[in-house]
Amino acid sequence: MKKNICMYFQVHQPFRMRKYSVFEIGQNSDYFDNKKNEEVMKKVAAKCYIPTNKLLLDLIKKNNGHFKVAFSITGTAIEQFEQYAPKVLDLFKQLAATGSVEFLSETYYHSLSYIYSKNEFKHQVQMHKEKIKELFGQEPVIFRNTELIYNNELAHDVEEMGYKGIVAEGADHVLGWRSPNFVYKAKTTKNLKLLLKNYKLSDDIAFRFSQKSWEDHPLTVEKFANWVTNSPGETVNLFMDYETFGEHQWADTGIFQFLEHMPGKLLNMGVGFIKPSELLNFEVRDEVDVHNFVSWADVERDLSAWLGNKIQNSAISELYAFEEKIKALGDKKILEDWRKMTTSDHFYYMCTKWFNDGDVHKYFNPYDSPYEGFINMMNVLNDLSLRINRVQLKNNLENNSESKLNVNSEIGSQNITNSSINSLNSLNSIEDVSINSNVFDANKGFENVNVNDGLILENPSIRLQR
Amino acid sequence: MLGWEFPPVFSGGLGTACFGLTKGLANQGVQVTFVMPTGPENMKGEYVNLIVADKLIQKSNFKIRAVKSLLSPYLNEETYEEQLRISEKREDGVASLYGKNLFEEVYRFSQRVKLIAQNEDFDIIHAHDWLTYLAGIEAKKISGKPLVVHIHATEFDRTGGNSLNQYVYDLERKGFHAADRIFAVSNYTKSMVTRHYGVSPDKVTVVHNAVAFKETKNFNINPEDKIVLFLGRITLQKGPEYFLYAAKKVLEYDPTIKFMFAGSGDMEAKMIELAASLGIANKVLFAGFLKGEDVSRAYQMAEIYVMPSVSEPFGITPLEAMKVGTPVIISKQSGVSEVINHVLKVDFWDVDDIAAKILALIHYRSLHSELVEHGSFEVSKFSWNIPAKKCIDVYHQVLSGN
Repeated sequence: MKKNICMYFQVHQPFRMRKYSVFEIGQNSDYFDNKKNEEVMKKVAAKCYIPTNKLLLDLIKKNNGHFKVAFSITGTAIEQFEQYAPKVLDLFKQLAATGSVEFLSETYYHSLSYIYSKNEFKHQVQMHKEKIKELFGQEPVIFRNTELIYNNELAHDVEEMGYKGIVAEGADHVLGWRSPNFVYKAKTTKNLKLLLKNYKLSDDIAFRFSQKSWEDHPLTVEKFANWVTNSPGETVNLFMDYETFGEHQWADTGIFQFLEHMPGKLLNMGVGFIKPSELLNFEVRDEVDVHNFVSWADVERDLSAWLGNKIQNSAISELYAFEEKIKALGDKKILEDWRKMTTSDHFYYMCTKWFNDGDVHKYFNPYDSPYEGFINMMNVLNDLSLRINRVQLKNNLENNSESKLNVNSEIGSQNITNSSINSLNSLNSIEDVSINSNVFDANKGFENVNVNDGLILENPSIRLQR
Repeated sequence: MLGWEFPPVFSGGLGTACFGLTKGLANQGVQVTFVMPTGPENMKGEYVNLIVADKLIQKSNFKIRAVKSLLSPYLNEETYEEQLRISEKREDGVASLYGKNLFEEVYRFSQRVKLIAQNEDFDIIHAHDWLTYLAGIEAKKISGKPLVVHIHATEFDRTGGNSLNQYVYDLERKGFHAADRIFAVSNYTKSMVTRHYGVSPDKVTVVHNAVAFKETKNFNINPEDKIVLFLGRITLQKGPEYFLYAAKKVLEYDPTIKFMFAGSGDMEAKMIELAASLGIANKVLFAGFLKGEDVSRAYQMAEIYVMPSVSEPFGITPLEAMKVGTPVIISKQSGVSEVINHVLKVDFWDVDDIAAKILALIHYRSLHSELVEHGSFEVSKFSWNIPAKKCIDVYHQVLSGN
């Protein structure tokens, strides 16, 4: 059986949020830390994206098309390349042009939308598809969900959306005695091929590469190549974060030298590099039944990294509760802001698991504690709620035919005064305007609040009253 | 062991810490003789051999009249004189005939301890905070046994770094240098000691405090009002004004919240005035000094416990609050913030941040319950056996001539 190796790299950067104080609610709608995002992007571009892309281009050329590689790049990363590091995007385009590079499909915003809103999920996937086509001229046939979150139902839905293959974590509790080095099929699908990550070999590179305490340190090309050739099965699926090269594993660990010499060595030993779509031609060996969601995160390989505690669940339900209203509004900026908040990273930061263990989560967390992350998001959601109300009010007024109102030109901007509302109220035509205000009135308690957590009383100068 | 507070005669964290530590030591087989300057007639220690210096001297051949002492670790010169003036008016005359100032009391205690040291059998002298250092030095001199001093607070903490009392500073410094080893209740305190007193960091071992695990009654309190609690001495060190400024900000956004001071202290009157001048007097309650079960009741009644300390060497109170299921907001300028995670941390001066976190805790219920759940689990890992063990290790090192 010819041995193959299939490498896919995940490329993602979230739009990180800035520290947003409760006192800014209703005053400031700037949620994202552009400065920080720019800093991070430039840093990672210099340490990882640019050198690794260049290295891969080199390897592709040197090996005359025998070296192949795949990427899945999120929309949020692409936008930040465009804004802060266009060189990176250039290099990806060059990679695409070689013909040896395949792109996968995923949600544009790297979100957990599949779990909360299939509708939004479909939109984000479509957005991503279009972007990949626009930039790289490819139409992906393989899908991967955020953080490789996967189950039977997802597989079924993804097949219906037209994909031919789907990527998931080759977790032990999914495979049992079976090896991830074969192609499988999901229980609920007709033809969709299931490609499973060989987590042991992937993590050897992604996590253990520089750990001096690891018994197999240092990982040389020879050692690794031997492991690959000695693995059972037809393919070794190495799926990992692209930042492995230069960011998680710094240059001085020798990771670039490893990447540089590994393909040559493997090709010499008769191992073939294949794109994920080539795996579609392989025989399906078995059916895999995954009822509960599985992922590639943490030891548990489940959803607990993002949705394991109350504050995460609360925040995410609040967020998705806005979906309908926002989509009905027709305000592009609000929709975009909301979508940027669906990125899974924001919820990852609220994980309380690491507080006791001190592992991977902590390194990437911009907040001092998961609680601060939660408070931040809730504050932003409060402001979002106010913005939605303002736009709704504006829309309702504009739609009103009896517009002989002496409408205060301040409506729609930050300062809606009580007097202008009152003057509107006095006109009959306004009576059927429903001002859906989520206002906490100290005397009456919560009005129209259909969310779990109470919203904070906003600045009194813009309180809406019936 | 030399101290001056031991339950039930105590007014602050020091007594609690001494009690917990001695219990932990007793659990691990150490025999403790605890000497205090003064105490009630029938005071006995459960885990320790408790000696009240005043009483002991009475029983010996020395004819020194037993007098009640005003010695307290929290007094400074001014307040001592104030207390003295008040007490002189009382009938039972809690006045010190021996010295109209605190420092004479310190000296007096040291002389008594010297006598006690000659008659007691012990291996190590362990002195808590500056008031006992002189006594510790005397005991060491007369017995030749090693001395370890335990820093629960420095003059820098108490005064916030302004207008330190030179005498107290000198005594602290003397004590640190005379001691064979030093215990500090946090890395924060250790760094203060090494920075301000010329002490080598090798000499200082950090021994974090813990919280006692006696069963407290569940009072099933469900107040209609949401109450934010400040519990502790109302003095500069504890940051009461920051609590009030934050309260003012919070009330602008949610006027239904109430704030409560539980405790007394030299700034109490000032705080009452400040609350009034900020226009929030009707939202701020002053409960006075609480003892025993009332403390637990106060924690249980509160939605949030806030500790905005300017400089807190450790801070056991947040642990006590978390134990009964009340989430806490603590100052980063505290020793306890080094060892606890499921809390909200603030800079004591950042009134906006304190207010923001109070509002968040009250309005986002999931945050509140998350902190309560994780907090009570985290706090259950604290046990006085752990600091006691560290003390024992250092005792061994000292005794083996390290």
